[in-house]
Formats: sequence, C-alpha cells, structure tokens
Amino acid sequence: MSNAVEIALIPLLPLAAFIVLGLFGRKHFNQSAGIIATTLLTTSAGLAFYTAYQYFFQYGKVAGVYQKVIVFKYTWLQFSEGFSIDMGAMIDPITAMMLVVVTLISLLVHIYSLAYLKGEKRFATYYAFLGLFTFSMLGLVLSSNIFQLYIFWELVGVSSFLLIGFYYDKPSAVAACKKAFIVTRFADLGFLIGILILSFYAGTFNFSELIERLTSYESSNLLTAINASFVGISALTWGLVLVFIGGAGKSAMFPLHIWLPDAMEGPTPVSALIHAATMVVAGVFLVARLFPVFQMSPPAMDIVAYTGIFSALFAAIIACTQTDIKRVLAYSTMSQIGFMMFALGVSKTGGEAGLGFTASMFHLFTHAMFKALLFLGAGAVIHYVHSNDMKDMGGLRKYLPITHITFLIACLAISGIPPFAGFFSKEEILLAAYQQNHLVFYAALITSGLTAFYMFRLYFSIFWNTAPSPLENLSKPFGRTGGEAHGDHPGEGGFAMMMPLVLLAIASCIAGFIPFGNFVTTDGKALASQMHLSFSIAPVALAVTGILIAVLFYKTNNNKADKLAASLNGFYKAAYRKFYIDEMYLFITNNILFGIIGKWAAWFDKNVVDGLVNATANGTGELSEKIKTFQSGKVQQYAIFFLVGVIGLAVLFIYIWK
Amino acid sequence: MSGSTIVFYLLAILTLVSAVLAVSSRQIFRAAIYLLFSLIGIAGFYFWMQYDFIAAVQIIVYVGGITVLIIFSIFLTQNAGELLPQQKIGKQVFAAAAVFCSFALVMLQVYKNNFIATTEQAIEPNIKAIGERMLATTAGGYALPFEVVSILLLAALVGCIVIAIRSTTTQPLTTVQEQDKI
Amino acid sequence: MLLLPGLYHLLFISTALFFIGMFGFFTRKNLITMLMSVELILNSVNLNFIAFNKYLWPNRLDGVFFTIFVIAIAAAEAAVAIAIIINLYRSHQSIDVAQTEEMKY
Repeated sequence: MSNAVEIALIPLLPLAAFIVLGLFGRKHFNQSAGIIATTLLTTSAGLAFYTAYQYFFQYGKVAGVYQKVIVFKYTWLQFSEGFSIDMGAMIDPITAMMLVVVTLISLLVHIYSLAYLKGEKRFATYYAFLGLFTFSMLGLVLSSNIFQLYIFWELVGVSSFLLIGFYYDKPSAVAACKKAFIVTRFADLGFLIGILILSFYAGTFNFSELIERLTSYESSNLLTAINASFVGISALTWGLVLVFIGGAGKSAMFPLHIWLPDAMEGPTPVSALIHAATMVVAGVFLVARLFPVFQMSPPAMDIVAYTGIFSALFAAIIACTQTDIKRVLAYSTMSQIGFMMFALGVSKTGGEAGLGFTASMFHLFTHAMFKALLFLGAGAVIHYVHSNDMKDMGGLRKYLPITHITFLIACLAISGIPPFAGFFSKEEILLAAYQQNHLVFYAALITSGLTAFYMFRLYFSIFWNTAPSPLENLSKPFGRTGGEAHGDHPGEGGFAMMMPLVLLAIASCIAGFIPFGNFVTTDGKALASQMHLSFSIAPVALAVTGILIAVLFYKTNNNKADKLAASLNGFYKAAYRKFYIDEMYLFITNNILFGIIGKWAAWFDKNVVDGLVNATANGTGELSEKIKTFQSGKVQQYAIFFLVGVIGLAVLFIYIWK
Repeated sequence: MSGSTIVFYLLAILTLVSAVLAVSSRQIFRAAIYLLFSLIGIAGFYFWMQYDFIAAVQIIVYVGGITVLIIFSIFLTQNAGELLPQQKIGKQVFAAAAVFCSFALVMLQVYKNNFIATTEQAIEPNIKAIGERMLATTAGGYALPFEVVSILLLAALVGCIVIAIRSTTTQPLTTVQEQDKI
Repeated sequence: MLLLPGLYHLLFISTALFFIGMFGFFTRKNLITMLMSVELILNSVNLNFIAFNKYLWPNRLDGVFFTIFVIAIAAAEAAVAIAIIINLYRSHQSIDVAQTEEMKY
C-alpha cells in the first residue's frame, strides 16, 4: 500500500515531538513547546482522519467485508524458520476507529493544556510526555503483532507513570504513579504469560495468522490448544484468561482497579486523555482484537462478561458516595469500561449475534467524546475554584456558562438520554445483553440508573446547589492575575480551554447518529442499526428517574441525601471507603508477601548470597594479607627465596624429571 | 707431597678462612681487611695456576682499587670502630642451612660429572697472546667486548658522579673538602 | 679422593667461596658488608673461569678474557654501589639494610 508512509507518520509525529521537546524543550522551546506539539499533532490527526476515511470508504472493503490490511511488516527477531517477531502496522476497522479517537482527543487535550498549564515551569516536559503517550497509544493500536502490542502496552504504562507523577514534588502524586505502574505491571505479567501460551500454540506472534490458526476448527493448533489442559482448564482458556488479566489491569477492572482513582493526581488534561478516553480502553481494544480467539473459549468470554458487569456495578455504587469530582469521574470511567467489557463478553460472532462487539466499540467511541468532555469541564471548574472537592463548589453556572452547558450535555449523554450520543451506544449494549444473558442485562439496567443518578448528583453539586461556603471562595482573590486576562468571560478558561469543550459537546450530540454497524462488526460485514424504540423505554425511564432523584437531593441545599446516607449507614460507609479494597491489598502485601515470603527471601539474599560473595572477598583479602609479606622490601629475603627457588628447581630437574 | 701441593692447601686455607671471617666479623674494618686477605689468596691461586697477567690484574684492581674504595666508603659513612649489631640467630641458621644444602647439591653434581679435557696444543697465556687476542677483530677476537666494557666504565663513572652528587647547588669540590675535615 | 690438587679442588674452593659470599649476603645488615660479600661471589666466579680454562681448554684464552671483563665490570659496579650507599647515607643517616625497606606492600 502506498500509504504506508502516511500511516507510519501518524505515530511518528508525536514521537518526534517527544524527542525534540524532551531533549531541547527545557532550554530552547519552553514557551513554544505547546505550539510545536499541537502543530505536529494536528498533522497527525489530519493523517489519521484521512487514513480512516480511505480505509472505510475506499480500499478497506472487499466484497462487502472489511479486511485486515497489513500496511508494512519487517522481521525483527527470527527465532526459527517461520517463527519470528515482526514489526509492522495493520489497519482494520477497530484500528481505524481508534486512530481517529486517539488523535482527536489527544489534539484537543494539547490545545486545552495550552491554557490550563500556562506558566508551568516544565511546560515542554509535559508536552514531551504527551507526545510519548500519543506515540505509544497509536503504536499500540497499529500493531500487527501481539508482541509489538505488548511493547507499546508497556510504553503506554510508562507514559502514564510519567504523566501521573508529573507534579513529582507532591508525595500523593508520586505514590499514585507508583501504584498505577506497579498494578498494571503486575497485570502485565499475566498478559505476557498469556501471550507466550497463545503464540506457542499458534506458532506465530502475528495477529492475522494467530487468529486464523486458533479459530478454524480444522487447524491442528486449535485442537492442541484445546486438548492440552492444566488443572482441568484448557490451555487456550488459560492463555485467553491471562491475556484478559493484562487487559483488566490496564482497563481498571475489578480487582485491579485500585490505581485509577489515585491516578487523578495528575493534571486534569492528562486524566482526560489517558484515564478516560484512550489508555484505559486499551484492555477493551485488546479483547476486541483477539475477539475471534476469545469466541473459541466460552469460559473466557464468561469471565470477561462477569468481570465487566461486576466492575460496572461496583464502580457505580462507589461513585455515588465520593466527593472529589475527579474521583467521581474516575469511577464513572471504570463503570463505563465495565459496560464495554461485558458487551464484548456477551457477544457472539456474526450478524445480529455479534451486536455486542459493535455496541462495545460504538460505546468506546462515544464514551471517549463525552468522558473527555467531562474531564476537561471538571478541569475548567477546578481551574476556577482551585479545589477538587464538591463541597467547595456550588452555583457555578453563573460564572462558568460555557462549561456549564457543555458539562450538562456530557451528563445527558452519559446518562443515555436521547438524542445524545450515549443513548445510542448504551441502547445497543443493553440490547445485546438482553439478547444473550438476562442476568447481565438486569445488572446493567440498574447500573445505568445509578450512572444517571451520580452524574447528575455531580452536575447539580457543582453548578446548582448553592451551599454557603462557595460564594465566599469566589470573592477571594485567585492565584492568577485578574479576570480580564482570560478572554470572553472573567474566570472561565479562555479560547484554548473552551474550544475543545465546545467541539466535544458537538461531537457528543452528533456522534450517536453515525451508523457504526456499517463499519465495525465482528466479521467485517455491515450490520444494520438495531434500534428498537419499545426496548429503549425502560432504560430511558430509569435514567430519567435517576436524574429526578438527583434533582430532589442535590439541586438545592438540603439534607435529604445525608439522611439517606445515615439510614444506609454500614453500606454507605463501606461504599465511601471504596469497599476497603485498598486496605485489603495493603494487608496482603504487607503481611503475607512482605512478612512471610519477602522476609525469608531477603534473609536468604542478605546472608547466604551476599554472605558468599563477602566471604569470597574477605577470604581473598586475608589470603593476600598473608601473602603480601613476600613483598617486604627486604633485599636479603628476596635473595634467599631466589636461592631456595633455584635449588628447588635444580633438584626437580636433576632428580625427578630426568 | 710436593711444594706445589702444600702451597695450594695453604692458599686454600687462607682464602676460605679469610672469607668466613669477612662475612662474620663484627667489626667492619676488620671485615674489610679479611676481604683483602681473601682477595690476595685468590691472586695467589692465579699465580699458582701460572696465569700471571690475571693475578696482576686481580691485585691491581681488586686489592688496590676496590678494597680501598670500600675502606674509604666505610670511613665516609660511619664510625669504623663501632661494633656491628648481632644478627638474629634464626636468620643465620636458616641462611646457613640453605647455603649448606645448596653447596652440597652443587658439589655432588660437580663430583659426579666427568670433565673431559681437550687434547689440543696448549697456549701460553702470556701478555703477548692475551693482547693479540683482545684487540683482534677476526672471529674469536675480543675487540668489540673490549670497547663495550670501556663504554660501560665511562657510564659507570658518570653514573657514580650523578648519583653521589649533592642535590643542592654546592660544588662537588666543596663536598669533598667538607668531608675531608671529618 | 685425590690429594693432588686438580680441577675438582679448585671447583670445591670456588663453590665454597661462592656460598660463603651468599651466606654473607643473606646475613649481613650493613650495606657495605653486603657489597663485600658480593665481591666474594664475583671472585669465586673468576676462579672458576680460570680453572676451567687451565684444565679443560688450555688451547684457548676465553676464560681469561671473561675474567678480565668480570674484574672490570665488578670494579664499575662496586663504584656505583658505593655511590648509591653514600646517597642513601645522606638521606637516611644510616646504612642499615633494614632502613631501605620502603618499596613494599
């Protein structure tokens, strides 16, 4: 394909931004770093849109089926004949969609950060890290080879680490970035073992061949993989479950979700980019990429589905109690990703049964739009109020009008109110769940009701509820210079901050009308939109009920919410403390891992291994202490040894070796 | 028992006894004199073997030159009347043992060996023959080593002066005069 | 064992001188007495050369020449050694060999 260069440029331009700004940014480009990075990324986004357009409308479709197109490939490590790790790029419908999503959100975050982080001392470093992240994410979606995907997976983890810990002089940020990296790295151990199992049985690392060999019933690879078993579970299922564990870590599924709320310590545009729209969906992307192989193992699909729905419900419950607005949004993200995950989990292949897959990808697309919008809006609010806590806010709709309207649109979208984007994608997910698995469906229904409730709780607490303290906050002088310096509305962000919000709001309105089924399906063939109006009544009604309850509790200042919380006492407290999962992890690591295993391992290392090395060194030292007297500086001693040596040699040669 | 034999044994006793006393005497000046006698004994051996030239060279250079040099240096560096400190017994015993064993080994090998003398016509080792051979440039001539040794002597001369010269700016003459006053 | 003095007797004397010189070198503490022991060793070697020349190779003069050269070089060496001893005496105020042990571990 002649467009290999264009496709290669898409990730390489952000990489160039990383290298240039990383090496020279501090000294030379600190002021203009934002402009440079944004320009490079605009080009990249343009190329991504163009590539997607070309793929979807020009060459991707062959005989009505979207093909996987290998754009370029070269052999990197050859292990044996026919088994090698190649590097290359592959385009298929989900890749093209992800290219668009990642570059668009990254571009908007770049523009937003121009104003949000203005005056930041490490401006160039920030943009360098953003460039690194965008490069890694784009590389991840373009990978044609599971090992290459793993490489980029780790790179994404590293970028996330760097960006969460951007304010490295805050101990909480440092702890958060370490936690994120360690949890995802721990999950990646499972991912690696899964990769090795799957590629061992398939005999290849390339996606196209791996999927082909492990999905056709005649292939010997598949039969070997199914028949080989370990503690009663087939090797194929093991491989897939382990790969899913890696995806669950990155996508913050229960129980590997603990890092996501803490990751909100990073700057808010980072949260918008990484922890809402792009990195956390990498796990969903992975399952979608290996979807045909997952189909071969119903237990693995069940695990995916149940993990997804449990995470969704779990996160929704916790989000109802949190007061830090970014944490509410973080749990909301976890919940929505749970939706995407279980949609994949209940899906089958082909035609209407494959609705779950399409719905999941559609929700990924629309969720990116409105979740990024929510985070950027929250960023604008935080920028204005200088606090993350809901209690410090209230009645801000007078002061931040644009933010208010866009935030409202996003909340409506996420609650699934027509005609906004979230309605369409959520409906498809719920329909797929209803068709395949009723338990999941009812749980999902409850979760979407809760989603509407807590999102509007958030909305009203920020923009309506006039609690006593916030007004006093507004009269205090803010850290920045006076309001006139900020463009249209004093206090609100300015063009660079408002433009992305408006763009994303427009996207949230119209994205729902894209006929996604024409583009992204399980088998590449077009799937007609499955909109059944009668089916939609129940979810929408539930959402509206949730909104009304939120209005009741939070629109004006009252204590109804507190009374409800008091009546649910134990459960409320548990939900507020995130069901004590963090405490459980700390207990296990401190007492079991460190106390029982770690202590003995450390003792062994310090005393036996180090002791051996030290003993060697000490022994050598003492031996040399004894021997060094030979070099005494006494000439006569040298002479006498010389004589004795010569006589010894003479005796040797005369009498012994004739 | 001819006179030659008696002379030989007398010379042997002189040489060996003087050598032993030279290495074990506690007064340094006496040690130097015993060395002198030992060297004279060696010269006597050369005379006994009828190698007159070498005997003369031995007396002139060794006895007249080196021994005097040693005596001068004894004067220059310390009080000649002092007793040298007593050696550690252990060191002496060990050295004596090593030396005695080595001596025994070498003598054993020497006595076992059968020395075969050549049957050719003997040359008289007089000065004429030595001189002709030393300055001969034909094969078997010693002109080259002769020149090399003379250069070596020059180097030694220069080296001695360089080593022994005082590092301050005083003239060597002053040094000698100062030390002459001692 | 022949009583008539011959090569073996001379070799005995020269070997004895050699090892007496060695003993003196190992045992003496004064640098000048060590130098005297070295002179004994060199003399024993000269005696050896002349003895072999007389009894084994009377048709040649190689032993004589070796001896001449050894005497010349021994003289040069003794001179240099004395110069060094004088230099050492200046810096250490003593010519005890125990004072010269600085190049050690």
